Amino acid sequence: MEKRVKFRGWLLPLLLIAPQVAVSAVFFFYPAGQAIWQSLFIPDPFGLSMKWVGLGNFEYLLSDRYYRASFVTTALFSILVTLSSMIPALFLAVTADRLIKGSGVYRTLLIWPYAVAPAVAGVLWLFMFNTRVGVVSWYLGQLGYDWNHVLNGGEAMGLVVVASSWGRISYNFLFFFAALQAVPRSVIEAAAIDGAHFWRRFWTIVLPLLSPTTFFLLVVNIVYSFFETFGVIHTITAGGPQQTTTILVYKVFSDGFVGQDLGSSAAQSVILLVVVGLLTVVQFKFIEKRVHY
Amino acid sequence: MARATHGMVEKRGAGLWLTHVFMILGVLVIFFPIWLAFVASTVTQSDIIRPPMPIWPGDQFLINYKSALFSGVNVPVATMLLNSLIMAVGIAVGKIIISLLSAFAIVYFKFPGRTVFFWLIFLTLMLPVEVRIVPTYEVVAGFGMLNSYSGLIFPLIASATATFLFRQFFLTIPDELAEAARVDGAGAMRFFWDIVIPMSRTNIAALFVILFIYGWNQYLWPLLITTEPEMNTIVMGIKQMFPSGDDFAHWPTIMATSILAMIPPVIVVVGMQRLFIRGLVDSEK
Repeated sequence: MEKRVKFRGWLLPLLLIAPQVAVSAVFFFYPAGQAIWQSLFIPDPFGLSMKWVGLGNFEYLLSDRYYRASFVTTALFSILVTLSSMIPALFLAVTADRLIKGSGVYRTLLIWPYAVAPAVAGVLWLFMFNTRVGVVSWYLGQLGYDWNHVLNGGEAMGLVVVASSWGRISYNFLFFFAALQAVPRSVIEAAAIDGAHFWRRFWTIVLPLLSPTTFFLLVVNIVYSFFETFGVIHTITAGGPQQTTTILVYKVFSDGFVGQDLGSSAAQSVILLVVVGLLTVVQFKFIEKRVHY
Repeated sequence: MARATHGMVEKRGAGLWLTHVFMILGVLVIFFPIWLAFVASTVTQSDIIRPPMPIWPGDQFLINYKSALFSGVNVPVATMLLNSLIMAVGIAVGKIIISLLSAFAIVYFKFPGRTVFFWLIFLTLMLPVEVRIVPTYEVVAGFGMLNSYSGLIFPLIASATATFLFRQFFLTIPDELAEAARVDGAGAMRFFWDIVIPMSRTNIAALFVILFIYGWNQYLWPLLITTEPEMNTIVMGIKQMFPSGDDFAHWPTIMATSILAMIPPVIVVVGMQRLFIRGLVDSEK
């Protein structure tokens, strides 16, 4: 789409666009370029010079057991976070949508955990499941279950998944609720007159009509679990135990800053860049499709 | 037609009560972690380290919050709150200003390199700061911007989401307005100030809400570049309050800080619910 009316001159628009171009160049393009460039080198053991290795860093990474494990961890983590934030949200939205009065109040009560930072959510859940003082872990102990996410990888994964999904339920609820409110009442009425009960209406009419929203939320939640859950993992498990909760973004951080392995960290950044690129393409493809509805 | 007249598909009687019960249960489950944090921020350390901790608030509210705000663990929490506020407002205002200007240039002018710039800006949509942390850290360190507000703010405004939103919106402004401005002999900047900015008010406000929360909740970036406790933001500072060894963390202070860290973004979300929802829907489109 283009404007018919344009203002004249070329100096003014260049000045207007200059701040954004400058900020992007210095803090975006240069670092991104550096990431790609560094991924082709390894530093010598004394850190004095860089040695060209071509795609060596990538070959090494893809054959590295821990890196491949991190891919699996990330996939598992993002699937679990996406499901455990979307399913409760859909359930709550469907329930709220049945109310004639009061759904606005519930909406207000449900949306605000979205405002809680992932890192703060991490601290809250860590407190509840802390092995020494946690309330939930204490009651589990009373029931004879010995909770210890510091040693047990499965429990650690469960805890970071729940802590990451918690605030996200609000977000998904908002979008599902808005989509449900937009379902034409007449369609539901017609089905009800034909004798379709609630669940039948839900499966055959409502859910298909929600599919654009559902697909959109799938992509957005996967992106969230890839990139924005760093705070949760850093506060609760720091990637442990034995790297069972080290997702890809966490590994870029721990190899680059803790391990000081710049070449490998840069190569990981480049791989992530490709992953983000693919997700973005999927997202845009979907939006194009939705416009035609 | 009003929904209330379509009584047939909505639940009544027992079904209606059940629906409310489900909703209230949902709300309680969502609330529970925050309730516990609040309770923990009003009791003493010894109440907490002998589990199970109490389930109702104690009488230490003032003591715990006062000690958190004015002494903290490494640095007073009041300092961290101020740092977070400056960072969040800086990111929101900075991003809105540069995006308004560049979107205006892209929509209302034809200039050399316009398409190239457009695609360059478009590319920045794709790469969150988490992915390019090491080189971005080096750039910021090279400029001597570690432990500074500009180091906290600038790398996070280098993305084009806001530019795209404003571009989309500007394209919906009727051409007649620009035409009329030109006929009246008004220059481009005059049109920008008198017509475009006032018309974008709601979009600007909605975006401010989203960007404020985005900035306030940043974790990884402040963690890397603020090595001095005086520059810590509250969201990343909470983790720094945990002792490194085997000691007990001072939970009442930590939980009071967690509550303080949520209050500003929660006020923004609940107080400006309409703008927030609009901003959320806009920025994801």
